[in-house]
Amino acid sequence: MVGEIAVESGERAAMGGAAGGRVAIRVRGLCKHFGRGEQRVSALRGIDWEVQTGELSMIVGPSGCGKTTLLSVIAGILNCDAGQVNIFGQETTRLSDSARTRFRAAHIGFIFQQYNLLPALTAAENAAVPLVIAGWGRDRAVRRASALLDSLGMGAKLGSLPNQLSGGQMQRVAIARALVHEPRLLVCDEPTAALDHETGLNVMNLLREQAVRPDRAVVVVTHDNRVFHFGDRLTRMDDGAIVEIVDQRRGAA
Amino acid sequence: MAWIAVKMLVGDRAKFLGIVLGLTFAALLITQQGSIFCGLMLRTCAQITDITGADLWVMDPSVRFIDDVKPMLESALYRVRGVEGVRWAVPLYKGQARAKINPNVAHGNEPTIIEQVVLLGLDDATLVGAPHPNKIYAGSLRDLRLPDAVMVDHSRLEKLYPKENWADLPRLGNAFYQRFLRRQFEMNDHRALIVGVCEATRTFQTNAVVYTTYSRAKNYAAQERKILSYILAKTEPGLAPQAVARRIETTTGLGARTSNQFLWMTIDYYLKYTGIPINFGITALLGFLVGTAIAGQTFYNFTIENLKQFAALKAMGATNGRIVGMILLQAVIVGFLGYGIGVGLAALFGLRTANTELAFFTPWQLLPVTAAAIVLICILSSMLSVQRVLRLEPAIVFR
Repeated sequence: MVGEIAVESGERAAMGGAAGGRVAIRVRGLCKHFGRGEQRVSALRGIDWEVQTGELSMIVGPSGCGKTTLLSVIAGILNCDAGQVNIFGQETTRLSDSARTRFRAAHIGFIFQQYNLLPALTAAENAAVPLVIAGWGRDRAVRRASALLDSLGMGAKLGSLPNQLSGGQMQRVAIARALVHEPRLLVCDEPTAALDHETGLNVMNLLREQAVRPDRAVVVVTHDNRVFHFGDRLTRMDDGAIVEIVDQRRGAA
Repeated sequence: MAWIAVKMLVGDRAKFLGIVLGLTFAALLITQQGSIFCGLMLRTCAQITDITGADLWVMDPSVRFIDDVKPMLESALYRVRGVEGVRWAVPLYKGQARAKINPNVAHGNEPTIIEQVVLLGLDDATLVGAPHPNKIYAGSLRDLRLPDAVMVDHSRLEKLYPKENWADLPRLGNAFYQRFLRRQFEMNDHRALIVGVCEATRTFQTNAVVYTTYSRAKNYAAQERKILSYILAKTEPGLAPQAVARRIETTTGLGARTSNQFLWMTIDYYLKYTGIPINFGITALLGFLVGTAIAGQTFYNFTIENLKQFAALKAMGATNGRIVGMILLQAVIVGFLGYGIGVGLAALFGLRTANTELAFFTPWQLLPVTAAAIVLICILSSMLSVQRVLRLEPAIVFR
């Protein structure tokens, strides 16, 4: 946990310390609709779901099945219409916008399909952004981000701008950015969709090695079936509902 | 976050330059047109600012501006001198005269030149209102007391002597004007002898200014019963000129203004009865609008193109306040740069056009006015961007 963004004592108690296998995310009766009248679309239809700490959980399914919507609501960047989301003991659906923003800054790391790196910042500066948001000074934040990038094999590219990096390198920077503030929850949206097969596998390997920790939960949304085997649990969605949960360590649930 | 905002801003150089150029253009146009406007307005009252030493101008009560001369009887001078609080009072003649340059005297076979001049008659004893010694380029003020002596304004001398070799002027500087000393011409059929060439602030009119003594000016002027144009008065030490002016008005029935009041009275007249402020106001407004359009549009586009980046920052936990702060900081930076460069270019323009016919004067008040206009442009531009970012759903990063 990085200095200023430590989990509150209540949340820590709810987590039951840093031991793995505890419930990290609990979702109950989650509903989300878009549009009105005849245009109304139900993106989530009463989802109940759980993610344990120390596991990499994958949400898979066809386009438009609601997996990204579920991820957005869990990550606290999209409001739900009904239901509850509890992350490490904190019911985030009851938080005000500003409190949820602070919660995200402290406890959630993001990896986006299109990387969303700031084009004017170097790799090290991009990776340092969450620390800067958390109030760190520029130099200190960049130093820490540089060390992390170095451990991800990006030591030679610290000063490179995003347009000087390959897709795989950009995703490594995005992984460093997601992990630099040591969040308890990592949400990844199609992290391999913009990469070729080999690079995608490398990125997923890196993600498993670097992101999965006993006190952290990782949720990956993907429709790339070549990387399904990286998930500890596979949650299959269709038409806004969960249709199957497969624990790949034990078999179908 | 400030450094991230700065890097985002300057990272896209083309857009950054576009925004700065828009604001520069607005600042340049507002300052430059404003300065020309102020320069022109100052010219309307140049003869008031040129005359120093006196606190008060006493005149016919119906006078509305400096060129609106309503002659008074000379006895008015003695009445003013009798008012308590008036330390001294001297006469001033201001009128038009017709100068005729005799070709035989001037330059061989040149045709006769006839030009209207502004004739200023200064008090014989004190020469109050005469040009400051460091504004006399040739000759001496003392010689103004010689018979028929006049001193001529250098800026319009070319109108009286157009065939002179004016190309020598830049090379010779003020020494060039020595050649005009002791030259004679006719003014309203009376002999005039040039004993000096001086600098008079350019007026709104194009006529040369000719200085002479009051008594000689009366000789040059058409014979009328009333000939006294103005009375220049000095108040006793410790007395407020405004109070003495009111006392003069009460006691004599004449109009009395401080130099500053008379200056603004003249400017007000030109503002009210000429189209100058409207014309320049339109140009300055156009500068403001074009600057707003260019800078606003570019700045807004800049924000829109960075919308996904802002959404990513919001998703990662940056609050709306911090994002708005970033946008405002970017607006402040481009505003500061645009203002600085625009005002700098206007100043450069002013320096390059100094000593030309162009009226250009930048009062300090114009700088905060321009700054306020630029701030307004930046606020308008950034507000568009800010409201877009405030409404931004961070979930768009997953789309």
